[in-house]
Amino acid sequence: MNREMTRRSFGLLATAAVASFAGKKSLAQPASGEPIRIGFSTPLSGGLAGNGRSALLAQQVWGDDINARGGLLGRPVKLVYYDDQSNGASVPGIYTKLLDVDKVDLVISSYGTALIAPAMPVIVRHGMAFISLLGSGTNEMFKYGRAANISPVGRKMNEDFAKGFFEVAKALDPAPTTVAIAGLDSDFSNRAMESARTQAKLRGIKVVYDRAYPPSTVDFSPIVRAIQSATPDLVFFASYPPDSVGLLKAVRELKLTAKMLGGGMVGPQVTAIKAQLGAQLNNLVCWDVYAPEPTMDFAGTTAFLDRYRAVAEAKGAETLGLYAPPLAYAQMQVLEQAVTRAGSLDQAAIGAELHRDSFPTIIGELRFDETGEWVEERNVYVQYQGIVGNDLQQFKKPGVQVILYPPQYKSGVLRPGFPAA
Amino acid sequence: MLDPVLIVNAIVSGLLLGCLYAIASMGLAVSFGMLDVVNIAHPAMMVLASFVIAGLCSQSGLDPLLTALLVAPAFGFLGVGLYRVYHHFFEQSGDEAMQGLAFFFGLMILIEVSLVLIYGADQRWVETSYGGHTLSLGPVDLPLRMLLPAMMSLACIGALFVWLRRSFTGRAVAAVAQDRDALRFLAINPIRIKAVAFGISVALAAIAAGCLIVVQPVDAHSGHVFIGRILAIVILAGLGSLPGTLVAALLFGVIENLAATLWGPAWSPAVAFGLLLAVLTVRPQGIFGGAHT
Repeated sequence: MNREMTRRSFGLLATAAVASFAGKKSLAQPASGEPIRIGFSTPLSGGLAGNGRSALLAQQVWGDDINARGGLLGRPVKLVYYDDQSNGASVPGIYTKLLDVDKVDLVISSYGTALIAPAMPVIVRHGMAFISLLGSGTNEMFKYGRAANISPVGRKMNEDFAKGFFEVAKALDPAPTTVAIAGLDSDFSNRAMESARTQAKLRGIKVVYDRAYPPSTVDFSPIVRAIQSATPDLVFFASYPPDSVGLLKAVRELKLTAKMLGGGMVGPQVTAIKAQLGAQLNNLVCWDVYAPEPTMDFAGTTAFLDRYRAVAEAKGAETLGLYAPPLAYAQMQVLEQAVTRAGSLDQAAIGAELHRDSFPTIIGELRFDETGEWVEERNVYVQYQGIVGNDLQQFKKPGVQVILYPPQYKSGVLRPGFPAA
Repeated sequence: MLDPVLIVNAIVSGLLLGCLYAIASMGLAVSFGMLDVVNIAHPAMMVLASFVIAGLCSQSGLDPLLTALLVAPAFGFLGVGLYRVYHHFFEQSGDEAMQGLAFFFGLMILIEVSLVLIYGADQRWVETSYGGHTLSLGPVDLPLRMLLPAMMSLACIGALFVWLRRSFTGRAVAAVAQDRDALRFLAINPIRIKAVAFGISVALAAIAAGCLIVVQPVDAHSGHVFIGRILAIVILAGLGSLPGTLVAALLFGVIENLAATLWGPAWSPAVAFGLLLAVLTVRPQGIFGGAHT
């Protein structure tokens, strides 16, 4: 009965979803029956906890939304999650427990490649549909047909990730001829650096410095000094939050200048680092997944951010919510739509739906290829402009994180040179 | 061809980094090297103190290095209490080897999880007036973010050395490291002396925390970066040798930065820990092993 009702009322549910973003009351029937339980591991402690906790808040906002809208397949939704402590070794055990002991109905991933990949063997063995969050090429080896990845890096990260950075650099006059590449010795950063090498080679740009550093690095001054002595036009960093801060501090102290500096830095997207670096971010050209610019104002984005921020303020979590939260909410939207389209909890049917059609979400329309990656990469490159002091409110407004790439979302023009004059 | 300016700057920045390692290691050198208490929670205590200092600085506007000096006595008393617990439950019954290690491991996890639960997973930092400024001496750059904590580190280590050599309690601490039973002949309670020494080691963690929060932002798990390094430094120096710990820490910093400059940063830990292995092969007791303050 539920199944038939859900099929018939799909359009109504979609309308209700939009209505809920606008703060109106749901038109759907109240959810009833046994809850549908969605299981996942998530980093609530450890190095990835900042993103894990903010993603969880977004997933909980979705849980409240869908239950207010009548639930999934007419049943209420319950999230069942465990802290993986940012430790990949904990992940297989958690998913085994979720599937064999807790008997959850649906599963989604933890945050990031290092915590998604360890879950894959368990997921594949149980034949579950699996929607992951911000992985990079985690399904490359498994080639699992029931997976989708909410990450804009696309299928060919090793080639495409840095494309936007080098496309933006084309606007420089004179054109850049040299680049320095430095990044953390980790999967994501290594792929980002590989992409930078590929893009530099394609464009005839000479790589004058190319080094990886270990995660335990405390002092970044030797790296920055070596880059300084190579006098590159472009500097491409592929770093994680603690080292992004260390690198930018060393850049400032040693007065490193470049025609364009930034790259695949993970860190400036996060509220705490925005607050910490403030105006030091000006003119940085940095990879991102979303920016509050008019060109990326999709249906429901602003309403979601308002709701998320209210919850995050109360819980003292990542308050801007511009990085993982919109993607985490979109992850749940894709799951919701795939289940609704399948009309049941049959994993094969849900898995097939993931690849059949596109999914309207708060981060735009998503379409997945056969490996579960986005059909088109959407690595956003923003430039921080006009930041004054460390006030966080300015990051909520357009014109501060100006989108320079991809062209369809471009919202401003490049200001050459780093640091800002 | 190698740029001599790069090499000189690598050595100087390595020395500044080494000073941070020295103050971070000195507390462990006291507890592990002198008292035989393997406090692997020492870096976690340092991070805990960093959070406290960051909180106090944001409220009061005080400098984190000064704040570290102010909170150090409180951490010292905390250390005294902690040692009493450790002694009562483990050392007294002779279970300190494995169970004591498990106690400090558990304490480390407890501190980290508590910090996440209380403060959240975000980084903590303190904005200082000298952050971002650099003192240039010809071609040599000295970022104040590294220079001032280095000076603080050396001053505190110097004060510790003087105290250990000149004061009665300080000499008793040095003595308890060599023969605790002999102290009883002087009517000194070795447990009280060990509690004082452990308190000093935890107070040193608080001072190191002030230096750390100036150098870089911290999160609840920042201590992980230091566990391997400070244990390696204490062992490289030779257990119980505080001057050796200073020298080993400076050596570690210089080698890390030189390796990063000459062969790339990926080689830094390999070269530094390779040195540790080489030294232990030739001198299993460490560079200054056997020498006591």
